[in-house]
Amino acid sequence: MSEAPSIQRGSEPMRLLDLPYGQGLDPVLAECREILEDPDFPTVRRWREAGGKVLGHFQVYFPEELAHACGILPVKLRGAQVEREQADSRFGSYLCSILRSSLELAISGRITVDMFVTHPICDAARNLAGIWGRNRPEKAQILYLPQNPNSAFSATWLTQEYRRVLGDLEEIAGRTASDEDIRRALDVFNENRRLLRELYALKRDSPWLLPVHEAYALVAMAGLVTREEHNEVLRWAIPRIEERDRRRQDKIRVVFEGGFCEQPPFDLLRAISEFCYVVDDDLLIGLRWILSDVPTEGDPVRNLAVAYLDDSSYSPVQHDLRKPKERMLLARIDEAGASAAIVAAAKMCEPGLDEQVAYAEALDERGIPYFVTEFEERMSSFDHLQIQLETFVENILFD
Amino acid sequence: MTPNAEDLLGRGAREGGDLFRSWFDRLTSAATQGEKAAYVFVMGSLAEILRTFDLHTVFPEINSLQTAVRRVADEYLNQAEDHGFSPDVCGYVKADYALQLRGGEHPMGRIPPPAIAVLTNACNTYLKWAEIWERMYRIPVVTVDVPGSREAPGRRSQSAEDVERDRRYVEYQLRELIGRLEALTGRAFDVDRLREVLDLTNRMGRAWRGVLGLNRSKPAVFDAMMEGTIYLGVANALRGTEEGAIYFERLMEEMAYKSKHGISPLLAGKDEHRLIFVGVPCYPIFRRFYQLFSEWGGVYVSSTYTWFASGGLNLDFEYDLTRPLESLAEGVLLSVQRAGDSMLFHDRYLIDSIDEFEADGVVYHPIKSCRTVSTGLADSRRVVLSERDVLCLYIESDMMDKRVVSEAQLKNRIDAFFEGLESRQIRKSRDASGATTTPTIA
Repeated sequence: MSEAPSIQRGSEPMRLLDLPYGQGLDPVLAECREILEDPDFPTVRRWREAGGKVLGHFQVYFPEELAHACGILPVKLRGAQVEREQADSRFGSYLCSILRSSLELAISGRITVDMFVTHPICDAARNLAGIWGRNRPEKAQILYLPQNPNSAFSATWLTQEYRRVLGDLEEIAGRTASDEDIRRALDVFNENRRLLRELYALKRDSPWLLPVHEAYALVAMAGLVTREEHNEVLRWAIPRIEERDRRRQDKIRVVFEGGFCEQPPFDLLRAISEFCYVVDDDLLIGLRWILSDVPTEGDPVRNLAVAYLDDSSYSPVQHDLRKPKERMLLARIDEAGASAAIVAAAKMCEPGLDEQVAYAEALDERGIPYFVTEFEERMSSFDHLQIQLETFVENILFD
Repeated sequence: MTPNAEDLLGRGAREGGDLFRSWFDRLTSAATQGEKAAYVFVMGSLAEILRTFDLHTVFPEINSLQTAVRRVADEYLNQAEDHGFSPDVCGYVKADYALQLRGGEHPMGRIPPPAIAVLTNACNTYLKWAEIWERMYRIPVVTVDVPGSREAPGRRSQSAEDVERDRRYVEYQLRELIGRLEALTGRAFDVDRLREVLDLTNRMGRAWRGVLGLNRSKPAVFDAMMEGTIYLGVANALRGTEEGAIYFERLMEEMAYKSKHGISPLLAGKDEHRLIFVGVPCYPIFRRFYQLFSEWGGVYVSSTYTWFASGGLNLDFEYDLTRPLESLAEGVLLSVQRAGDSMLFHDRYLIDSIDEFEADGVVYHPIKSCRTVSTGLADSRRVVLSERDVLCLYIESDMMDKRVVSEAQLKNRIDAFFEGLESRQIRKSRDASGATTTPTIA
């Protein structure tokens, strides 16, 4: 019997992707999209078929390094475009789609995880552990990430909480994770963060070389494969993107805000990129939550906890007095050199919809044009949005 | 001296109404006099600490629901929506936003602006809501992070070490809050005053749990949705006060009398259908909503609303006055956890309550405005139905927004529910009497 795949302990991590590197950049990007949109999660299936363990974590952020250190594949559950044949009967009305589709994936057996973790990012998502636990046999729990990061005690508490979760992961993995294992994981993820920053810098500085939907497909792979393999993909792709022969066009530079949890359909992003250069965004922000390298000296778990609190991005679902969201959005716009913003929210997403009001007020005050919209992961027609967006862009260009 | 029946019956409702009105009068006076008020929420109000600094406590949830009960919520909601709020976000938040724009104007008086906001993470909307005040008033916002249950109780119990870890986190944050309050009020924290307040909450909690428990009586002694909501208002507004403690002790006396003499909240001659309410009441048609059930003899013997909206006061916990702050931290942790469990993992509690209160049915009322309470209800119903032989009704509307309240549709569903209950009762009593029916061809 072959040994179960393990991310750590010196062995080469198992390859889960079969990208057509030999055919060039465009076929690789197309394949990334295919994998991203495949509701049967082929990479996860491959991992499990080889005997690997899987952690499914709901949006927005999870300290994936802990799972990695235990040899478990952390998979980001971000919904999917699937028919909700069973999950809808578990929920009422007035709820976002990502909750329902994520549960559908599990109930229908499209994805199987060994442990599920959700977070109290919103009033709906905090219910998911209970619902999941009533419908699936695997452990389903809530990881409370501090909503009072301004307390001097929050880092200590979060470190202990991470240790508790680590214990659960070790139980599933059937092995312990030493501090050295965690440090190795931090190294891999630090490299991943560096590459993602590089990719985003490229999108910001030369957006004509990397439209938002292509960047998104590349980034999203991080939630589906080992980080070592994702690093390989990025290391391969970034220089090839830089070498692309693409002409700069007369498009406005915008920031897309509102993709922190439920994800807009790929084609919606493509529709946006026809009119705008999206030079920064919060799509899958949890994968880019920590802004710089997490130190490996000292207690690696505490370092990870401190980085979550003190060296991190922002989103409508984290309350931190140091990071008023509207000021953070203005800073994102300034730093990206954007001249406008797309302020989106998933349908029925309360934090996103609440934030739209504050964002609009701050943008009005600064005189920055913005486009407010709602989306749903299941959308399939974008004609109306395209017309509105085109009008918005023309208003700016011909103002 | 033992009060006579005339004095006793309905006393809780009368006194509750009076206390509630005078509380609003005090808020109006505070607004006029420019006295400091703390904005807090029902789940983890931290009233015990705020009272030691003599701060007025304002409950925006209560203010908002009162606009719906008094049938003016739509004016407030429309004003907030004109300012960009989506129809799909919490109606409480929007009504309060409009109330702030109107300088505190409220159908029950005038609400003072916040000098500070103190909240827990028991509901995520609390966080978004407080951010609005932070932007509007530039006031200090103190969030006390209270870790909830990680899994459904029973699936994994928290070890004593886990609880102590969380308790220390809460205690540390309470000490930080005290520092903020000392800075705000210019007064030193008085631990003896805290002891007094904790003692009063202990008295109130003891009586509150006694009142809830007395509804095991047959017939029930109060309707946990209708009268329970009045009691909840007092429990929140006057927590940690002498008048609040006395109120509940007197209420306990009334309920004990009703229990002893078999006095039901239903009109004479009605047989009761014992129900459990899950969710938040339909405030835009509050009395009518109640009548839709009571006309059929439906009486709510228990309600999850009295669990979570009392901030977990139903939990059998009393503060240890010999170590007040440590014990307060433990109480905040456990009661907010219990409130959270009552919303997120309530299926086990419901099943236990069906047995304990001998309920015939469970009514789920998910609402547009509150996803914390509503998200898991359809799934909970599935589990409850699989474990207990009761009828369940699942009706959706809202606690604020009358645009999504269809009285006719509600009535149709409720009538059908009771028809089912009654035919089941007839069947059961026939089975119990051993009567058989001869099949006939119609």
